[in-house]
Amino acid sequence: MHLHKYEKYWLIFGGASLIVFLLITGIMAFHYGSHPPSSIKTINYEKVDEIAPFNNPGVHRVSGKDWDYEVVLVASAFYYNPAELHVPKGSKVKFIITSKDVIHGFEVAGTNVNMMAEPGYISEYTTTVDKAGDYLIVCNEYCGVGHAQMHSMLKVVD
Amino acid sequence: MKKQKQKPTESFSAKTAGVLKVDNKDAHLVLAHMYVAFIALLLGATAGLLQVLVRSGYFELPAPLGYYQILTIHGVLLALVFTTFFILGFQTAAVSRTSGALSDTQRILGWIGFWLMTIGTIMATIMILLNEASVLYTFYAPLKAHWIFYLGLALLIIGSWVDLMGHCLRWEQWRKENPRKTTPLISFMAVCNSLLWVVATLGVAIEVVFLLLPWSFGLVERVDVLLTRTLFWYFGHALVYFWLLPAYMVWYCVIPKIIGGKIFSDGLARLSFIMFILFSIPVGIHHQLTDPGIDSPSKYIQVVLTMMVVIPSMITAFSMFATFEMRGRELGATGLFGWLKKLPWGDARFLAPFVGMVAFVPGGAGGIINASFQMNQVVHNTIWVTGHFHLTLATTAVLTFFGASYWLIPHLTGRIFTPSLNRLGIIQTICWAVGMLFLAIGMHFEGLLGAPRRSAFSNYGGAEIAETWASYQIAQAIGGTFLFIGIIIFLYICVSLWWFTPKGEQEFPIAELAPQAEKTPPILENFKVWIVILAALILIAYTFPIYNIIENSPIGSKGFKLW
Repeated sequence: MHLHKYEKYWLIFGGASLIVFLLITGIMAFHYGSHPPSSIKTINYEKVDEIAPFNNPGVHRVSGKDWDYEVVLVASAFYYNPAELHVPKGSKVKFIITSKDVIHGFEVAGTNVNMMAEPGYISEYTTTVDKAGDYLIVCNEYCGVGHAQMHSMLKVVD
Repeated sequence: MKKQKQKPTESFSAKTAGVLKVDNKDAHLVLAHMYVAFIALLLGATAGLLQVLVRSGYFELPAPLGYYQILTIHGVLLALVFTTFFILGFQTAAVSRTSGALSDTQRILGWIGFWLMTIGTIMATIMILLNEASVLYTFYAPLKAHWIFYLGLALLIIGSWVDLMGHCLRWEQWRKENPRKTTPLISFMAVCNSLLWVVATLGVAIEVVFLLLPWSFGLVERVDVLLTRTLFWYFGHALVYFWLLPAYMVWYCVIPKIIGGKIFSDGLARLSFIMFILFSIPVGIHHQLTDPGIDSPSKYIQVVLTMMVVIPSMITAFSMFATFEMRGRELGATGLFGWLKKLPWGDARFLAPFVGMVAFVPGGAGGIINASFQMNQVVHNTIWVTGHFHLTLATTAVLTFFGASYWLIPHLTGRIFTPSLNRLGIIQTICWAVGMLFLAIGMHFEGLLGAPRRSAFSNYGGAEIAETWASYQIAQAIGGTFLFIGIIIFLYICVSLWWFTPKGEQEFPIAELAPQAEKTPPILENFKVWIVILAALILIAYTFPIYNIIENSPIGSKGFKLW
């Protein structure tokens, strides 16, 4: 099939930008390790309260790991446990969450900390909190009638 | 390359008596589809108006209506019911118009499918209205709706398969009767979209029939949450192309005729449809980039396959503007952009789809952001995403459907689209564009500030950031009001075209191929080849993640009714 000259230019331009785009995304992911949250750990959602680390939700300082703090949260209709978290500015934090009932969201509003919390699965994401302030955590997946009241607060303190 | 001029497919059709019009009996079938589609449109739009008013913070729903109940109505009736009925009706009309009247058997298949879908829709809608199924149109387990809701959805899907069999068989018949000829372009496109739909709905059909239905009925206690979600999105992204491709049918085959031009290239049009089929299904996991339980490389493979859609989209954009420019120059336009002035801006049949095309520029760009491996986290499940598909579905596809209704309805009812209704159609289009500027753009900006989608009004305990969302929600209420007025104008036009405007012959416009267009390679019509490639792509994209989901599955979930 013969292509019009301008159409050739247009498609070469499109194809080239596509390749550049995918290269950048791929290098970001597989060279710099910037992956979306993709933990494949599972859990019995009916026994979350008995299983570590969810038997002790909150902020825990850890040593000997690649991160300084673990923030452990349990999502259930229609709240997060705990309702408020404090982490020091500049620390590397691993968020570890799961759900006790239906699918919930976990979004630190205004940042790129954003992942699903699904019953039976543990979601994890590691990031450095480098700006002090109060960050609202919202549930961004419909979970029932109290969905819009489901929130928590992350306080990054100096 | 050998230059061989292709005869326009129309030249055959023109010789066959009665083909230039949709057959009368077929017209009844198509109108029945439109009837259900427009009732769903009215109910769904009313729900949409209520939602934006609630989320502005200045309005509360009268008891016993719940926010998520009307949100479910809005999603199910517009995204699933209105679209499916309109599209299958439109495709039936397009095939009847270009390949010839359906045989009795083919038409009966259409009717059986129509009634199965209608019964399914009624069942699902009643369950939502009884507040037994406030699970939104994505119905993620383990939220558990009444089994009648899932059965209704199953009937909607299975009915659609029977329905489209009718017009696809008509295309096959044309092919047999005209060996070695290129089939009518719009009929071919209808078959492409049907193929895409059947392969995509296999996922959601398995989800609903084999997982959710037995679970909601109480036959099994637990369901695999991630598996149902993944099957849903196997279907869910192809669904958006199923909405878009009928708009492309109008752009490729109808718009050139309305502006007085010709189809730029038959082969490229077919190529872009084939590419849409191939890259519509093995991409659903880009809706699950932030899900646990799916490994990162599997997600990345689907991101790559998703982005391939850039190529058919660019082919389409080029073809459209090439057609516009060729026509404008034919009419004596000079200069780089002089041809823009020559387009029929005063014709609602052109203006509505054109505004849809314009909306697809930011719509498509937003889609690339959504499916970007890392950037997705910034917008995932924020109201940005809602804004995105109100540009792509609710503007690009829907405005094209509106523009098509202005000639399709009177063509079927034997009436004409009058100049005064045309003026109203222009006002409708402007009303819609203004409404979407407020609603969709407001949603995009609010989403960038972190506001979640699918949420009733909330001040989130007085959090500072939630205060920054409020003004955008008021903008959305203003936009939503414009859109609701737009729906009322549109339905007024349709009612007039159905029962009241003067009797006459309204043309079903189908453009001819431009004389300089190249011959279409026959391989583009060889579905066997494309189905094998499609199956291979699906296996590459989905085997590993689905195997992992099943192999590593945690204990399944019992149902919850939390509304």
